[in-house]
Amino acid sequence: MISINNLHASVEGKEILRGLNLEVKPGEVHAIMGPNGSGKSTLASVLAGREDYEVTQGTVSFNGKDLLDLSPEDRAREGLFLAFQYPVEIPGVSNINFLKTAINAIREYKGEGPMEAKDFLALVKEKQKLVELDGKLAGRSVNEGFSGGEKKRNEIFQMAMLEPKLAILDETDSGLDIDALRIVANGVNKLRSPERSFIVVTHYQRLLDYIVPDVVHVLWNGRIVKSGPKELALELEEKGYDWIKAEANTVEA
Amino acid sequence: MAAEQNPILEEHIASDYKYGFVSDIDTEFAPLGLNEDIVRFISDKKNEPEWMLEYRLKAYRYWLTLEEPKHWAHLDYPKIDFQAISYYAAPKKKATVGSLDEVDPELLKTFEKLGISLEEQKRLVGVESKIAVDAVIDSVSVKTTFKEVLAEKGIIFCSFSEAVQDHPELVRQYMGSVVPYTDNYYAALNSAVFSDGSFCYIPKGVRCPMELSTYFRINSAGTGQFERTLIIADEGAYVSYLEGCTAPQRDENQLHAAVVEIIAQRDGEVKYSTVQNWYPGDKEGKGGIYNFVTKRGICIGANSKISWTQVETGSAITWKYPSVILKGDNSVGEFYSVAVTNNMQQADTGTKMIHLGRNTRSTIISKGISAGFSNNSYRGLVRIAKGAKNARNFSQCDSLLMGDKCGAHTFPYIEINDKTGIVEHEATTSKIGEDQIFYCNQRGIDTEKAIGLIVNGYCREVLNQLPMEFAVEAQKLLSVSLEGSVG
Repeated sequence: MISINNLHASVEGKEILRGLNLEVKPGEVHAIMGPNGSGKSTLASVLAGREDYEVTQGTVSFNGKDLLDLSPEDRAREGLFLAFQYPVEIPGVSNINFLKTAINAIREYKGEGPMEAKDFLALVKEKQKLVELDGKLAGRSVNEGFSGGEKKRNEIFQMAMLEPKLAILDETDSGLDIDALRIVANGVNKLRSPERSFIVVTHYQRLLDYIVPDVVHVLWNGRIVKSGPKELALELEEKGYDWIKAEANTVEA
Repeated sequence: MAAEQNPILEEHIASDYKYGFVSDIDTEFAPLGLNEDIVRFISDKKNEPEWMLEYRLKAYRYWLTLEEPKHWAHLDYPKIDFQAISYYAAPKKKATVGSLDEVDPELLKTFEKLGISLEEQKRLVGVESKIAVDAVIDSVSVKTTFKEVLAEKGIIFCSFSEAVQDHPELVRQYMGSVVPYTDNYYAALNSAVFSDGSFCYIPKGVRCPMELSTYFRINSAGTGQFERTLIIADEGAYVSYLEGCTAPQRDENQLHAAVVEIIAQRDGEVKYSTVQNWYPGDKEGKGGIYNFVTKRGICIGANSKISWTQVETGSAITWKYPSVILKGDNSVGEFYSVAVTNNMQQADTGTKMIHLGRNTRSTIISKGISAGFSNNSYRGLVRIAKGAKNARNFSQCDSLLMGDKCGAHTFPYIEINDKTGIVEHEATTSKIGEDQIFYCNQRGIDTEKAIGLIVNGYCREVLNQLPMEFAVEAQKLLSVSLEGSVG
């Protein structure tokens, strides 16, 4: 699905990612954990193609294509989805119109015609249920006046609508109460399939109680310093990150 | 809306200003320059009665006493040489109503390019959802559709020239009653040399069954266009009137100085919508229309209503303040505006709401969007006269900036002379966010389309006021006018 090799990236001249390697196969869920400032969100932004992030070294292959060579919109059209940590408000643009524009842009890229209105509405109805999203929210302006939980549910709703190959969840659990967390996680779980992969960026282990990962990685200092099975997340929750930092320093020295 | 997406993209790629063609129509001109003989020439060409000529001459003589207004609006342009303009240009083959065969085929092609096929209009008679169109090319109204259908209800919708001939009593009663020729420099000029325009009268208690629409087109080089529109809703009458305008791409600046007057009698209502898309000039600011227009309505009778909706995307310079005089008790004035400026365009636009009657209400929603090196100003006056008990106004003026080379300005004037009046004013200025664009990109939407989406969302309150067909056109126009303004 995606293969990241020796990725280096900077923001405003400061190197944040320093030789990151990661391989995610179809159908796998990888969790990326790590202390504050380790580069988790930078990784998500670089993969999505945010302008302020400069890739200085390394390669990313996404389904055989050079991801770094693609514009942000083409990455999305190739099936990469980012659930934003801070979803953006677009006043006056209804969620429905936004999604229809997005879906049709993706279809156009694939050489398909626009989706029929009735098929689209049927899809909206079906996918809304996944995240228990109120029908009214779908008609409201994109994220405008949404609560934190509603915004995150809306991200998952959009993901369900766009049916990506690879979804990156950037701290989707932050700011969610336990009920909202469960709803979001349920939505994600229903979207798991042998063809779809996930990279779940999170600070806390609790999200991984609901979205059970195949692999857990620890990111520190711009690099993945430890990978392991799902139990690694529990260990981190218990022991914190210091032991991993120490271990990594030993290796480096 | 989905079906509209592809054409938008194509327009982006295909051209900057898609109405920039010139039609090869055999045209008759007045000699360059302005003097009493030219005024007489125009009047004579139109076979006008003596009173009309007198009115023109009075206006002309008054105009001579005036100085060209400069520097009061937030605009900058060279002095206009009024002697270098031709004040009359007309297609030579005069179209007569009812027979499309007699219309110059080039003219028909022009309409097709503009997207209004008159032949189709004609075929549509009797089918639901129709729009009656009056088309004005250069100085002359060439074709008015659906005239017969409207006449059955007693509605008069015709060219201004025809109205002068066929309904002189109405023209004499109302012309200049809202915008007298003494009103301002360009109103005086228009009153002297106006060539044609639209006239519409809705009789007592009649609700006009279709949208009435005028398309204005400047075609010839070196000409000015001075049209006059007069709309009257008699007691309890209702009409929705639309106006669209385009011009060819030319290196020179062309002058457009129109006057629009609206009268709403007791319980009458007029909804007036414009999509203004005159040629804006090129990216360096060469060419483009000077759009100096006086538009004003008066709610004479109690419970009457006048509503202006404008989408301004064209013209090198726009200078226009569609206003409402709220004379009748409980009358309502509304102004909904989207003004877009890109590249070197300048716009100074807004409204005046003059509250005279009791319990009068007005609403102003203005959305300015500036991009490139353009300057966009909102200028608005809310005046509550003494004795206008319980008058209310709500104003909201929002500015959206794209890039860091453009300007947005707001000049609100508020005069309250009655202590029962309530005036609310809200204003915001924002920049189109990189975050918003990236968010759209990440969902597969390219930057041009993202801007279109964001801007249309920003203007939604205003676009919602437009009739359906116009709203779709306006949305496309907004996207096209902002092409290349980011990144």
